[in-house]
Amino acid sequence: MGVMPWYLEALRAVVGTIVIFSGVAVVAAMLGVLLERKISGWIQSRIGPTHVGPRGLLQTVADTIKLLQKEYIVPQNADPAIFASAVVIVPLAALLDYVVLPFGTTRWGPLIFRDLNIGVLYFAATSSLIVVGILMAGWGSNNKYALLGGLRSAAQMVSYEIPIGLVLITISLLAGSLSTVTIVNMQTHLWFVVSQPVSFLIFLTAATAEVNRAPFDLVEAESELVAGYFSEYTGMRFALFQLGEYGEMFAMAALAVTLFLGGWHGPGLPSVVWFLIKLYALIFVFMWVRWTYPRFRIDQLLGFSWKVLIPVALLNLVVTAYFVTVAHR
Amino acid sequence: MTGEAIAFYVLAAITLASGIVVVTSPNLVHSAVALIPALLGVTGVYILLDAEFLAGIQVLIYAGGITVLILFVIMLTEGGTGLRVRQRNEQGPIAAAVSAAVAALFIALAGRTPWAHGAGTLPSYTPGAIGQSFLGPNLLLFEGTSVVLLVTLVGAIMIARKEDGA
Amino acid sequence: MITLTHYLVLSALLFGLGLYAVLSRRNAVAMLMGIELMLNAANINLVAFNKYAAPGAMQGQIFALIVITLAACEAAVGLALILAAYRRFETTYVDDLSLMKW
Repeated sequence: MGVMPWYLEALRAVVGTIVIFSGVAVVAAMLGVLLERKISGWIQSRIGPTHVGPRGLLQTVADTIKLLQKEYIVPQNADPAIFASAVVIVPLAALLDYVVLPFGTTRWGPLIFRDLNIGVLYFAATSSLIVVGILMAGWGSNNKYALLGGLRSAAQMVSYEIPIGLVLITISLLAGSLSTVTIVNMQTHLWFVVSQPVSFLIFLTAATAEVNRAPFDLVEAESELVAGYFSEYTGMRFALFQLGEYGEMFAMAALAVTLFLGGWHGPGLPSVVWFLIKLYALIFVFMWVRWTYPRFRIDQLLGFSWKVLIPVALLNLVVTAYFVTVAHR
Repeated sequence: MTGEAIAFYVLAAITLASGIVVVTSPNLVHSAVALIPALLGVTGVYILLDAEFLAGIQVLIYAGGITVLILFVIMLTEGGTGLRVRQRNEQGPIAAAVSAAVAALFIALAGRTPWAHGAGTLPSYTPGAIGQSFLGPNLLLFEGTSVVLLVTLVGAIMIARKEDGA
Repeated sequence: MITLTHYLVLSALLFGLGLYAVLSRRNAVAMLMGIELMLNAANINLVAFNKYAAPGAMQGQIFALIVITLAACEAAVGLALILAAYRRFETTYVDDLSLMKW
């Protein structure tokens, strides 16, 4: 649809924000945590939570109610302004990613909040804003372990943004545009995962590291650094950090579906259903990897990005650029 | 009051208010964190001026990169100890007078000059136009900047390296 | 109606704020933040002129893009120098980095 008068655009933005926040809070945070526990139980030959609700499906609802009634503790000598604003920045940056993700197509056009013509660049930009929130959370806690965890996590996320950026450039080169809808429409005949398998692997690895998940979760694993940069946050603030993390993981998986797995294309079923099937398949892969591999040390982690992923991604970009130029000549 | 005017005034207020916090806050970490809304306000101004590629690059590099770098260095040096040290030196009033005079000079110049209106319109897909320009008329600029980036990368690592025989 | 002059006034005010930070702060990192504000003010000027006075070519936006890149380079090298100076002299206040004064 075209551009409406400014008050209607503002209203659309507010409604869209509420829809995206509720959608991500329910699907990513609550369903994602439940899936995590059930899948980890299945991989470890146990059942997972079954006490609350039919087969344990209401477990996250019970967890949310528990977290809501916890006390709000601010550590002594912590900076209250920075301690409080870090809680806002991390989920905000994660939720802003969803603006350019197409969830399907309808009779009136693609089901996307706003098809920006710099879509993929916008996604990279907003996911780089999370790093600032993490640094503020680590600093504002007035806790050496939180600060170290925050600095390490920030270094890890900044290092793994570069392979993601290079892969995004490669896919935009193939599709000829930065807009996510155009990239999906270019995959009607051949999904990009078939013509760019190396890019797909690099993207999945770098996305796992970008959201601080295993095997790259040194900074927040329970047996390391006491939960890292959010150790001093209680109750609902902790839940908001988890919302930011799981939301970012779902956004990365949705972007991988858009860039590599053909978005919403599929025979028979409606487009939104196909998108969700592919999305949850990738989420299952993420969770499977978490409970299968041991975790990296911080120097192995950073060395892996700078010495392995970036050269491979650069080589892939050069080879792709060569083939794109030669094929068009 | 069109939407564009409201957007401009809101963005200008955010940018200038955050800028005032950056330059006057006695707490160094507060200054660095206030730099983020200032840079995001400038991003909004770029979008108003039809420069969307530049807006994306501004968030990616400035707000997501340089701010992180500044916060790292603050936390690793003495600005991060939280001690209440005097942050302003002796030339505070003179500095305020000089910067006010410079700003007033620029505003007076901007108001009095009849700026020419060029012909033509901006292309609607700016990344494509910028890319074509970098590989066409501005190729030397592009290659020169990449050499500068390489030199910066090597130089910054050499300067900041620990000198304990590593 | 927002004209070119509005953007020039905004950029002049931002430049004044950055200049005040560079002239009146004692910490080197705070001076660097002022420099970043001044560079952003110059960028706003460039892009505004590109849209209002010379929209035929992309020259203003390209210049602004190069300025962003060089600002990132300069911030990186400047912060590396501040880190190295802190390791040697235990201070980041520019008044105390006076080893070469006569």
